[in-house]
Amino acid sequence: MRQLAFYGKGGIGKSTTQQNTMAALAERGNRVMIVGCDPKADSTRLILHSKAQHTVIEKAAEKGSVEDLELEEVLLEGAWNIRCVESGGPEPGVGCAGRGVITAITFLEENGAYEDLDFVTYDVLGDVVCGGFAMPIRQGKAQEIYIVTSGEMMAMYAANNIARGILKYAHTGGVRLGGLICNSRQTDREDELIMELARRLNTQMIHFVPRDNIVQHAELRRMTVIEYSPEANQANEYRELARKIEENDMKTIPTPISMDELEELLIDFGIMEQEDESIVGQKAASAVGA
Amino acid sequence: MSTNPDALVVRDHNTLFKGPEYQEQRERKKQFEAGSSPAEVDRVAEWTRSWEYREKNFARKDLTINPLKACQPLGAVLAALGFAGTLPLVHGSQGCTSYFRGHLARHFKEPVPTVSSSMTEDSAVFGGLSNLIEALGTAVHVYKPDMVAVSTTCMAEVIGDDLQNFIANARTKGAISETIPVPYAHTPSFVGSHVLGYDNMLRGILSYLTEGKKGASNGTVNIVPGFDPYVGNIRELKRLLSLLGVKHAVLGDHSDSLDSPATGEYHMYPGGTPLAVAADSINAIATVFLQPFGSKRTRETVDGWAGETVTVNPPIGIGSTDAFITEIARVAGVAVPDEITAERGRLLDALTDSHAYVHGKRVAIAGDPDFVTGMLGFLLELGMEPVHVLATNGDETWANQTRELLAASPFGRQATVWPGKDGWHLRSLVLTEPVDLIVGATHLKHLAREADVPLFRAGFPIFDRHHLHRFPIYGYAGGLALLTQLVNLFLDELDRNAPDHSFDIVR
Repeated sequence: MRQLAFYGKGGIGKSTTQQNTMAALAERGNRVMIVGCDPKADSTRLILHSKAQHTVIEKAAEKGSVEDLELEEVLLEGAWNIRCVESGGPEPGVGCAGRGVITAITFLEENGAYEDLDFVTYDVLGDVVCGGFAMPIRQGKAQEIYIVTSGEMMAMYAANNIARGILKYAHTGGVRLGGLICNSRQTDREDELIMELARRLNTQMIHFVPRDNIVQHAELRRMTVIEYSPEANQANEYRELARKIEENDMKTIPTPISMDELEELLIDFGIMEQEDESIVGQKAASAVGA
Repeated sequence: MSTNPDALVVRDHNTLFKGPEYQEQRERKKQFEAGSSPAEVDRVAEWTRSWEYREKNFARKDLTINPLKACQPLGAVLAALGFAGTLPLVHGSQGCTSYFRGHLARHFKEPVPTVSSSMTEDSAVFGGLSNLIEALGTAVHVYKPDMVAVSTTCMAEVIGDDLQNFIANARTKGAISETIPVPYAHTPSFVGSHVLGYDNMLRGILSYLTEGKKGASNGTVNIVPGFDPYVGNIRELKRLLSLLGVKHAVLGDHSDSLDSPATGEYHMYPGGTPLAVAADSINAIATVFLQPFGSKRTRETVDGWAGETVTVNPPIGIGSTDAFITEIARVAGVAVPDEITAERGRLLDALTDSHAYVHGKRVAIAGDPDFVTGMLGFLLELGMEPVHVLATNGDETWANQTRELLAASPFGRQATVWPGKDGWHLRSLVLTEPVDLIVGATHLKHLAREADVPLFRAGFPIFDRHHLHRFPIYGYAGGLALLTQLVNLFLDELDRNAPDHSFDIVR
């Protein structure tokens, strides 16, 4: 069994990329489980064709305690018999979402959810924000991380930050970076830029997923592209990504770069202008006057 | 009281507050307290003893009152103390560790060497990594343990501290050597109870020490007592196994760690299962668990070992001790010696001597799940009638097994089993359906006083009676000790309440 985790900036398309890729892996005959680690609980909707799955935390709160919970109540099977679980978490502004992830994964382990599987994936909210969100990369959990990014500056910034998180765990455990997945935003020279970022992070751009409206069409029907339109080009892109992941033999300890180096990279690619120190902190009027 | 006129008069707690200065002070305070009248207080107190209140009490959802359990890391500390030269380290704030040390010291009347990683507010923000590294480094340097067993608390768990990673970091940073064993267990205080914490830590220790040690069978039988508040039990188990002539290893053995002789010298680590013995436990011919509920996690690990895994109820009373002895004799291939058979006969004889005073007595019992199950077996053998059976940390599986046990005896038919209920539920039960005796730990003494029935102190924790934990309640000898205390408790009651014409010399 291989365990993978998908990290990346919020809104970058982690959940969509992950579900489509897992659908492609399942289509290739793999037994797959998706563990959503995001309080929004939207990591499994395309597989289950549902609005949002009942989450571990929601069900535990309803029953009074996670100890009273049965696995069948929170583990559902969707297309290609993909097993789906959502950790869930609190409403925005209250409680501790990280603890929700820990509770959910501990519950799955104790109740034998990990039996007879080829791939388990964790879909993790945004940046590595606290110890709870690093739970999926602890010893004995996900050993391969894929970072979903794009050519936008903040997505790359997040990718670098995640690489720092992985580095913290890499030397004391077996967790490795499997590659960057570029989910295209059609920015300039996007593929070259992400390949260069990957090189500096000591990894690879494992696949460039082009932008295609068919993804949105499928999403409106709560479906993956693989299921909605198996013949579409985009479906083949996800199949290609799935194949590359299955055959991936480049798993490395990342070498995160400094903020300065990241900015230089963006300047080199013409995404950011060279900083003019003389205008920093100047008001509009005085800037004009000068 | 001394009759010496020069003796210092020390007023004790009972008399001190009856003095006029305290009585007057209490009266003066009343005007600021805006309290209800004594009549109203009495009326409401009486109402809380009614069936109407009981129903409201059992409809209670979002509040726990007097939970009869402690938290996971407390059990983890006890598990660590079962191994030689082992220092328990609790990763959390200092107050947690103070509580565990205080709680265990009050029960065992012994010092409890345990250290804390002293997490504070900044550790909550930045993570407890630096605290744990420093704590490990300092503890190993100052207290020179052979092993450090790390458990966690609420705060460390909420912020998601990863012990495996942190301990590995402490080694790479040179705070501790590469070789010193540092097993660990994640023991969030808000999950399960001290029983689960013990189980988690024991599993952590055994997994760690036995890794890569699989070899030829060593002919040993492992005994896993679980969270056992009686050091006397562990001693009794070892005595029985020696009588049977069975080579054995107790995993873990805190009987000397928490009951060491006063020799005038302090030893930080006075006992525990030797680490080499624990490491070799993976090669035993069998592992016998004495707590079906309290050893689930450890059993999962041990199931992967070559030897047989056997689980019996705690050997309290004749039937359960028979089952224990029979299983040991079977897995070790030995015959039961006459000496043990004679002990059994003596307990049986004593039971027939005393049965008239205990038979048919109605009992409420509460405590840790396995303790309750084991004790129930004995109470039923005595012909006592359990009415209320409660375990705050018990689950439905435990409750169903206990119901089966009760249904199998004519004396168990009127009992109701209450998993997950607390001490305040038990109060309603006892006050609406009265009993002759309450069996359980110290925290039930207020209820026993209010219900005006004796409390038979057994289980954990016992803070207000001395040395009970030094004697066994396991085995035939333990059965005799229990019977002695139990029947004499009833006889004391009988004498206290006897009219003159019935105040007999012979009972």
